[in-house]
Amino acid sequence: MPVADLLLEVRRLFKRFGGVVATDRLDLAVREGGMHALIGPNGAGKTTLIAQICGEVAPDSGQILFAGRDITKLPGHARVALGLGRSFQITRIFRGLTVRDNIALAVQARSGSSMRFWRPVSAERALTHESDAVLAGLGMDASAGVAAGSLPHADQRRLEVALALACRPRLLLLDEPLAGMGAEDAQAMIGLIAQLKQRTTILMVEHDMDAVFRLADVISVLVGGAVIASGAPQAIRDDSEVKRAYLGEEEAA
Amino acid sequence: MALSRSRTALALVLAATIAFPFLAEAAGGGYYVGLMTRVMIYALAATSLNLVLGYGGMISFGHAAFFGAGAYAVAILAQEGVTSVWVAWPMAIAAGAALALVIGAISLRTRGLYFIMITLAFAQMLYYFFVSLKAYGGEDGINLVVRSRLPGLDLRDETTFYLLVLALLAGCLYLLGRLAASRFGAVLRGIRENEARMTALGYPTYRYRLACFTIAGGAAGLAGALIVNQHGFVSPGLLDWTQSGTLLIMLILGGVGWLYGGVAGAAAMLLLEEVLSLWTGYWKLGLGLVLLFVVLRAPGGVGSWFARGNARG
Amino acid sequence: MSALLLLEQGLNGLQFGLMLFLLAAGLTLVFGIMDMVNLAHGSLYMIGAYLMATLAQATGSFWIALPLAMAATAAVGMALEAGLLRRLYERDHLSQVLATFALILIANDLVRMIWGPQALLLDAPRALAGTIEIIPGAPYPAFRAFIIGVGLAVAAALYWMIVHTRVGALVRAGASNREMALALGVNVKRLFTLVFGLGAALCALAGAMLGPLLAVQIGMGESILIQAFVVVVIGGIGSIRGALVGALLVGMLDTIGRAFLPVLLRGFLSNNIADALGPTLAAMAVYILMAAVLYWKPTGLFAARG
Repeated sequence: MPVADLLLEVRRLFKRFGGVVATDRLDLAVREGGMHALIGPNGAGKTTLIAQICGEVAPDSGQILFAGRDITKLPGHARVALGLGRSFQITRIFRGLTVRDNIALAVQARSGSSMRFWRPVSAERALTHESDAVLAGLGMDASAGVAAGSLPHADQRRLEVALALACRPRLLLLDEPLAGMGAEDAQAMIGLIAQLKQRTTILMVEHDMDAVFRLADVISVLVGGAVIASGAPQAIRDDSEVKRAYLGEEEAA
Repeated sequence: MALSRSRTALALVLAATIAFPFLAEAAGGGYYVGLMTRVMIYALAATSLNLVLGYGGMISFGHAAFFGAGAYAVAILAQEGVTSVWVAWPMAIAAGAALALVIGAISLRTRGLYFIMITLAFAQMLYYFFVSLKAYGGEDGINLVVRSRLPGLDLRDETTFYLLVLALLAGCLYLLGRLAASRFGAVLRGIRENEARMTALGYPTYRYRLACFTIAGGAAGLAGALIVNQHGFVSPGLLDWTQSGTLLIMLILGGVGWLYGGVAGAAAMLLLEEVLSLWTGYWKLGLGLVLLFVVLRAPGGVGSWFARGNARG
Repeated sequence: MSALLLLEQGLNGLQFGLMLFLLAAGLTLVFGIMDMVNLAHGSLYMIGAYLMATLAQATGSFWIALPLAMAATAAVGMALEAGLLRRLYERDHLSQVLATFALILIANDLVRMIWGPQALLLDAPRALAGTIEIIPGAPYPAFRAFIIGVGLAVAAALYWMIVHTRVGALVRAGASNREMALALGVNVKRLFTLVFGLGAALCALAGAMLGPLLAVQIGMGESILIQAFVVVVIGGIGSIRGALVGALLVGMLDTIGRAFLPVLLRGFLSNNIADALGPTLAAMAVYILMAAVLYWKPTGLFAARG
């Protein structure tokens, strides 16, 4: 498999917190195009892995490569510039700003320097237009002028994804996008993610098995800080070790 | 409409402020011109803190360091024979900004309580530095040899100095307003609301905070240049941490995050001091009680009662 | 630079450090457990010193006055906590800073109202007025030696309490994870009040010990408060061990620095520069230490919080 195909590569990543090994010589490879899902029981180390990929937490050893480039030591904000976008598991939107202004901040980040002190940002038509375009693409243009904090939960989660998308990422990291959603909202979000698959590569952490098996092209199973199996959804479903470690619990529950 | 009402109010306040010294002199109240000048200078200092705290979201407990550094810059230069406004005052701004850059670069690596404590400690460090500076007064401080010279204007005239201070204060408020509305201001707002999100959008948040801190330091330095001219004197006491506390109190009373919060707060506090101390030597007790009340009941400060819609400038 | 002088300054540093520890211990517990910035801690120290001076005058005995002053200050502290400060626990740090700063203003004026503006006299007990020889041939003021003894005893007692008693376990749990302590059903309100009272009592002890050496006057709390904060920051918020290590570091560095830095600098700089630079560096030394510690360990040496 040519190396250029691998958008994200994690090699023997290791992280220990005191006595607990959260990431245990983990290997992961994400190809460009399509959706790669990451599943695993609670405490398997998914959150820590995401944190290390995004630069929030520094690994003890190992490497992270993005589009062939070693980003292990690169600070978080610089990884975004390379094309890594993420949504958070716990919604992190700008509650006090309007939906449009939320997106505008994301657009502003990649359209020139923000060390500008004189010109009002509201006069920048280009920012406003592009923000509206992003919102329209996600069906959220109706609530553009609404304060983000007053949106219903499902729309806030949508905005969360929209913010990550507005950075025009090459790889979109979705951290439990369906968290806390009812059945109807979850279906809508699944539909949205299915659309996004066409536009960008996605690495998604999720507990909702229905969503995972419907959307994913590749699934990796994380248990005890390491990837125990990786492959097409059907193969994962049939894998006896995975069943034992993880899916078995799901079926019993 | 709310906007034109507040514009009118602003125009009225400005007109009254410009007319004040002439009216006061005519009524024999020359002392009050000096008092109001002092209010405006502290308004500038409090406004510079507003940039750090209200817009930047950083709780700095060492802001008096930059205020004092600016004052000392002018006083020391005057002692060495440099008295021109065009040299001494930019030096004061530079002193404030340079110190803020250094202190900010170290302090902004910390968060929360640690940030508060480290800014406080740096200010104390500077206090002790000036106390030990025997050549320039040490603990007793130094007198300003002569007021800064500006060709064409006699700054020794109280009214002239008052108007210059007013012009500088108004100018800085205008610049702050533009900054708040600019790209930089939008980034500061985002960092204040949700820093993790800003990093995830690709902003190097540390740099923006540091830039904000540095600019505010420079503005405080300018206020320092003005205060030493007003008082004719500066001592290390100006950098004491309780002075930083005073600036914070002014800002809270006036309204953090409101463009005019520093002005309202400085006016409120200094005038309160003036009035209360006519009755009793224990005016600080009164101030403490008022502050306690404000903090417990109205955390947005006095300003929030006037500027409900405007508060997040 | 004689070894004897070094020894004496070392002991002075130890003495000052241990007193700082008394203040810092209460402060770090309040920081760590209640997550509160309490600027009024210095005011409790001042009130403790004033009460001590008054009671010593009234009873004629240092020894009778001491426990009374500590109890009275603890009572003031607990009343303050229950009546006012507990409303601040849930608030943001800025509100806490401002509210407790307001308390400083109020306390200073109240003290001035009650006792007047002049400094009060507090004498060391007659029994300790002389010198003793800790090291044979080197007389050292008995009162200062006593302070060192008291400081070490309190440190040991606190250590025993934190590590070996149930209250101590609760304190430790609260310091490292308040939500967890709450979830475990600890009677949080009572614990907080007690912790505050303990801190206040320690403040009073420090005030009573230092009163004879420094002046009992208004504003005495502000200058020592900053140093106590520096100790807490260096040691790590919530950690008693950190408070002890930090306090000893700060106490030693400050005392020895002031005594010897100018002399040391004379060794390789001209006398004029050394004399000018020495006191400056000595005064700033503690803050430089703090900046260095925070640069390498942004949460202090022994941060209790996970």
